[in-house]
Amino acid sequence: MNQEILDRLRMDDRFPHILCPGCGIGSAMNAMIRAIAESGLTNDDICIISGIGCSSRVPGYIDADTFHTLHGRAIPSATGVKLAHPDKEMIIIAGDGDLLAIGGNHFIHAARRNLDMTVILINNHNYGMTGGQYSPTTPQGKRAKTAPYGCVERAFDACEMGIGSGAVFVARSTTYHTPHLKGLIKQAMKKNGFALVEVISQCPTLYGRLNRMGDAVKMLEYFKENSITVSQVKEPKDAEGKIVIGVLHDIEAPEYYESYRKVCEHAQRR
Amino acid sequence: MSIQLLSGNEACALGALKAGVRFFAGYPITPSTEIAEMMSEELPKLGGIFIQMEDEIASICAMVGASAAGMKAMTATSGPGFSLMQEGIGYAIMTEVPCVIVNVQRGGPATGLPTKVAQADVMAARWGTHGDHPIVALAPWSVMESFTLTVKAIEISERLRLPVLILSDEIIGHMREVVSIPESVAIHERKKPTKSKDEYLHYHDETNFDAPFAHFGEGFRIHISGLTHRQDGFPTNDPKVIKWKMDRLRNKTDLNRDWLHFDEHLDLDAETVIVSYGSSARAALEAKNEFEKNGSKKIGFLRLITLWPFHYMKVAELLQNTKRVVVVEMNQGQMTREIARAVRRDVQVIDVNRYDGELITPAEVLEKL
Repeated sequence: MNQEILDRLRMDDRFPHILCPGCGIGSAMNAMIRAIAESGLTNDDICIISGIGCSSRVPGYIDADTFHTLHGRAIPSATGVKLAHPDKEMIIIAGDGDLLAIGGNHFIHAARRNLDMTVILINNHNYGMTGGQYSPTTPQGKRAKTAPYGCVERAFDACEMGIGSGAVFVARSTTYHTPHLKGLIKQAMKKNGFALVEVISQCPTLYGRLNRMGDAVKMLEYFKENSITVSQVKEPKDAEGKIVIGVLHDIEAPEYYESYRKVCEHAQRR
Repeated sequence: MSIQLLSGNEACALGALKAGVRFFAGYPITPSTEIAEMMSEELPKLGGIFIQMEDEIASICAMVGASAAGMKAMTATSGPGFSLMQEGIGYAIMTEVPCVIVNVQRGGPATGLPTKVAQADVMAARWGTHGDHPIVALAPWSVMESFTLTVKAIEISERLRLPVLILSDEIIGHMREVVSIPESVAIHERKKPTKSKDEYLHYHDETNFDAPFAHFGEGFRIHISGLTHRQDGFPTNDPKVIKWKMDRLRNKTDLNRDWLHFDEHLDLDAETVIVSYGSSARAALEAKNEFEKNGSKKIGFLRLITLWPFHYMKVAELLQNTKRVVVVEMNQGQMTREIARAVRRDVQVIDVNRYDGELITPAEVLEKL
């Protein structure tokens, strides 16, 4: 790894990290740090915020202002930091259970509000930290520690949820496509408003093992073989059973803080 | 100084604004909403932030985020919202982020009694969030005190890096009184660290009172986590460090009990003393005055302003000559138990409780004198 990337980490005593061998979170973190570096941002320009879970341990490894909040509460906590420091880049890193179950209400309302922040959702289809229970993104029928006979519930499509809630930028990639993922994170950070990047990731220790998906390499091969880009989808059936990657949604809408400042100016003129 | 006719809720909001609060995140709930409404009108004029969040959990998290980023921050709620805020209160305690939470109490449990009064969140204020923890809770009994105690709560919170609760209630929140509001109040400014980024420890031990600390966005690259942590903020499982952190938290109130204790008292050498707080103390004082009109015997009166930390030694000292204590409160006896723990064992402790949504009347107190 090049020195510029290493310099952005808390290399003194935070490593080795707690992630399992073969976990996809490291790849996503790598793509995120490279995206920050290539965007010309220093570590003083950013604040990295997380909730609770495996992916939520990422901020602790990065030498920046880092905010490890409560389970599901990364987004509302980031809302407070962003409104106090509108010039700083808020990067939220969250797992599927954290962001979409316990934090689901905050997620949809932040998307609606459109305060400028970038949410990186590392979706490994289960709760890893607690040992592999089913999450809102576990596909129906797939096994988890609390779904020993297969998951009864239907899964969320986080990207559709983001689009439906008002996010101005929504994209998806996988831990196999890390340069692609890096590019999407750069775009998301540049976007003025609520941006979501979903990263389909492997949990070979739990979800992968429980569903006999093989080791991390096998799971990455699966992502490689089953992903198609947005432009390859000509009609809806092309996407069936596939991971659609790329920019799914990119619109313009008034950003919350800018709108709020106009309200302040109006109130001050009266 | 300006003479104004204000409600307790308005006085509370005004106190916060004067004391430098520039961030308010909240969620509508009766009977606290007037605080949010006033903040939504006034904060934009001052360039501050008002935001209505999707629930009380989000509100307290946003407030903690803003305070950790350097802004003086407050929220206001009532019973059901206070229950939702408990996880955030615990987070603010663990991470040592100053903030003020106003609970304009109504009857509970659950949805309970919107717009009817109670003082039944006294124990929820003390032990509502899980784990051992310190807390400060102040109870105003008037509109003026809604103003002054909010100013005080902010100062305490900032100095101790600890959430401070205002336990107001529906009567105090909605009652209107003529008050004289000072043009300005002393604003407590947080001290900035003098150390460099590499030497700075977010939970340093140099002092635990008025300690300098860094915020997000100041270049110190701090790590704030709700996990039990070391001086640098990173998680630990080391029993010695865990104990250090827990003692450090406890000492915030334990070592500052005298500074944190406020009360008002009259005639404590009397045989019988009425102890009360918040709006029921108004009925209690009225009962004392009525009783004394009819004879030469005096009745003592002790109004607790600080409910938590409860200063057992101080209360024991104040009530040392008392034979009978009459505790007046609008719940099923939450503070009565604390009083009973503080006084001599031969002191008779009688409670006057009401928990039907109605204010205790002076006549009901008089019956027990």
